[in-house]
Amino acid sequence: MCTWVNRLALLGLLSALVGCGADTAPVAEAEAAQTGNDDQPGMAATQPSPSPWQGKYGDVGRAATAAEIQAWDIDVRPDFKGLPPGSGSVEEGEEVWLAQCSSCHGDFGDSNEVFTPLVLGNVTEQDIETGRVEALNDPARVRTTFMKVSTVSTLWDYIHRAMPWNNPKSLSDDEVYAVLAYLLNLAYIVDYEFTLSHENIDDIQAKMPNRNGMTRDHGLWKIDGEPDTANVACMTDCDDEVEILSSIPDYAEGANGNLAQQMRPYTATPGIETAEEAQEAGVEAASAGNEQTATGDTAPAPADDGMTADTAMALAGEYGCTGCHQMDGKLVGPGFAAISDKYADRDDAAAYLADKIRNGGKGVWGQIPMPPQPDIPDEDIAALAEWLASGDSN
Amino acid sequence: MDRTKVRPGRIRPAPENFLDADSLDAIRRGQIDEDRRSFIRKSFLAATAAMAAPAAMAAGDGDEHILNLPPWSKKLGYPVAHNPYGQPSKYESNLVRRTSPGLAATDQANVAFSPLQGMFGIITASGLHFERHHQGWVDIDPAKHRLMINGLVDKPRVYTMDDLMRLPSVSRINFVECGANSAMEWGNAAVPTVQYTHGMLSGNEYTGVLLSTLLEDAGFDEKKAKYLLAEGADGSSMTRTIDIERALDDAMVAYGSNGEMLRPENGYPLRLVVPGVQGVSWVKWLRRLEVGDQPYATKDETSHYVDLMPDGMQRQYTSIHEAKSVITTPSGGQKLLKQGYYNVSGLAWTGRGHIKRVDVSVDGGKNWHTARLEEPVLPKALTRFNIDWVWDGGPAILQSRAIDSTGFVQPTYSQLRDARGSRSIYHNNAIQSWQVSESGEVANVHVG
Repeated sequence: MCTWVNRLALLGLLSALVGCGADTAPVAEAEAAQTGNDDQPGMAATQPSPSPWQGKYGDVGRAATAAEIQAWDIDVRPDFKGLPPGSGSVEEGEEVWLAQCSSCHGDFGDSNEVFTPLVLGNVTEQDIETGRVEALNDPARVRTTFMKVSTVSTLWDYIHRAMPWNNPKSLSDDEVYAVLAYLLNLAYIVDYEFTLSHENIDDIQAKMPNRNGMTRDHGLWKIDGEPDTANVACMTDCDDEVEILSSIPDYAEGANGNLAQQMRPYTATPGIETAEEAQEAGVEAASAGNEQTATGDTAPAPADDGMTADTAMALAGEYGCTGCHQMDGKLVGPGFAAISDKYADRDDAAAYLADKIRNGGKGVWGQIPMPPQPDIPDEDIAALAEWLASGDSN
Repeated sequence: MDRTKVRPGRIRPAPENFLDADSLDAIRRGQIDEDRRSFIRKSFLAATAAMAAPAAMAAGDGDEHILNLPPWSKKLGYPVAHNPYGQPSKYESNLVRRTSPGLAATDQANVAFSPLQGMFGIITASGLHFERHHQGWVDIDPAKHRLMINGLVDKPRVYTMDDLMRLPSVSRINFVECGANSAMEWGNAAVPTVQYTHGMLSGNEYTGVLLSTLLEDAGFDEKKAKYLLAEGADGSSMTRTIDIERALDDAMVAYGSNGEMLRPENGYPLRLVVPGVQGVSWVKWLRRLEVGDQPYATKDETSHYVDLMPDGMQRQYTSIHEAKSVITTPSGGQKLLKQGYYNVSGLAWTGRGHIKRVDVSVDGGKNWHTARLEEPVLPKALTRFNIDWVWDGGPAILQSRAIDSTGFVQPTYSQLRDARGSRSIYHNNAIQSWQVSESGEVANVHVG
């Protein structure tokens, strides 16, 4: 540290001296003045002399007025400190929702087109009973807001301060109550006749599906918290065998664009060319996506074995497919209807799609790779693939 | 002459560097006339032919870039203040903030990653600081910006920017890392370069007023105060709960960064700086601080920034960053052009104390060598490490392992997953592995 400070001071001075032709005496003085560091014995530390005006900044800033505090102090705590009085019904909330919220979140709060779904029908009566959302244990489930949130105050506070997305802080207090009531209804916490108010919101807290799902038993809050890992700094012959657990598949190499254009080109370690592949795939994806969105407005028909779109979608939801795919139109990946259309005339469509689901792929629909799905049982992959392949059979 | 002694420099496979940047610019602007076009074509063919026969490239006598004086050695340069606010060289345009596909559907709630693969030292150029916004960024008129302190205080206060910049100031170097840095890597190797694996990380010198100065000025209740709520002035009015101990220790209300005002994307004109704590708590566009006796359970403390454990419980209020490091060069997506010497360089950081040591392995963790730490080594700041390596052309796996002043050793992926599973999204501080193949290509892998 001391060395570093000196070096900086010297550098600055030296360049000045070179330019001005002065003698070198000031360098030594400056060096002596800069050695205020107690890790070098024998060198006097330079302490600032106490200022007679220290701390005398009482005239800086001013008292906040009551009206100012009221205007800005909008936070609502879990104990509802800060919650303004008011009320709103599910029905009123539905009206606000359809006008101002559904374009991003979907009519039922289940869209993932723009944001992670708020509700997806995977919070159960049992969860409301226990206060622990069972579906959080299932890695395949999309984690919705109502699965995660433990405090209803958070929802009121957030809708009030930050929503709607493109017009935050525009809802009245009663509208916030109403929108929250509508969401609570979508999450099966209240019925359609319900009216939420400052007087009954505490009762809702007692029904929040994941109210008991948070823990503060970890070491990452306090500066001296206890770590939960305990690696040891072994230096030689540490592991007998080094196994590659995972690597990026070839087909995903260009997913982040041309790496050669993301590195400094004249160094010993320039970037790998991944350009053309990724760009071409991107162009294809853009046009394919548009076409498929335009034509993919019909759901695949039931498969021969009687699997309906509903059961297929349930299966897709169970394995997390719906995080990236929906029935119609492109999300992260193509819509199921578009996939069915594309392979309608292909004899081995079911086998091909099963392989794609299992092993992933990239470039057919765009540059965003589809990850491999090793955890889905063969029979379910086959069922999904057959359902997709049979989309045109009706 | 003895041509084996001629060292014309590294020969690049692609001919596109033949055109100097001025010409490329002119071509892009459509300002090349036909004579010039013809000249370029002929020169291009000549250069391509030269590449096919590298030994002839420099006419036998040496490097053409030495033998033939370049244009910049034979011209009058640009005047002062040509760019009143300086810009990087046009040759550095590859190193910019980038998004990663598929992360977010809207760029107002997205991430732009910092190009760690091309950066030096421990300070991030302000224009390359990573971006993470929850509802877009705003450019606030500082003359109209106010900071309010209320809650458990004797004297609720309002400060203008002028007030804050009159108060006693401090400048400190700290790292800021998003809690979700490396989040895509929890389950498997997912993204190709260090920009995407670790690029929600920046190091800056911050200038501002210590939070303790402001809280004392407002007369905060020292007995009851346990938590602080920080709130932004933007549309999202982001709120986060801060531990009062962190607030009184080394947190500050910062207006300056790297010698100038904060950039708008990073909170201009005022942001909270909470050294060692994840970036989401460094509330940007800061407008209000409320002293309280209970945590606030804000949106980003309940539905996001909670760490899901294997038993289905979510860890709430995870804040501190434990020790972490990564090799930035050579790193994923790069290619070693030839065998021989490389300076392996990277960054280490910890939210607890300072970095004490960094070890580097080139064989996937079997054997480790202690790297040189560049000074200064500062608490809760990025620390640059370097180590010499001679690549023998064989396969290698490069790793770095940070040890901080508490004795904590950065964990392996296996250790981290044993403790937390692979679904916790946040606070991934596992050892990163870069696999070097015999072709010299470097790739992101996970090892066990």
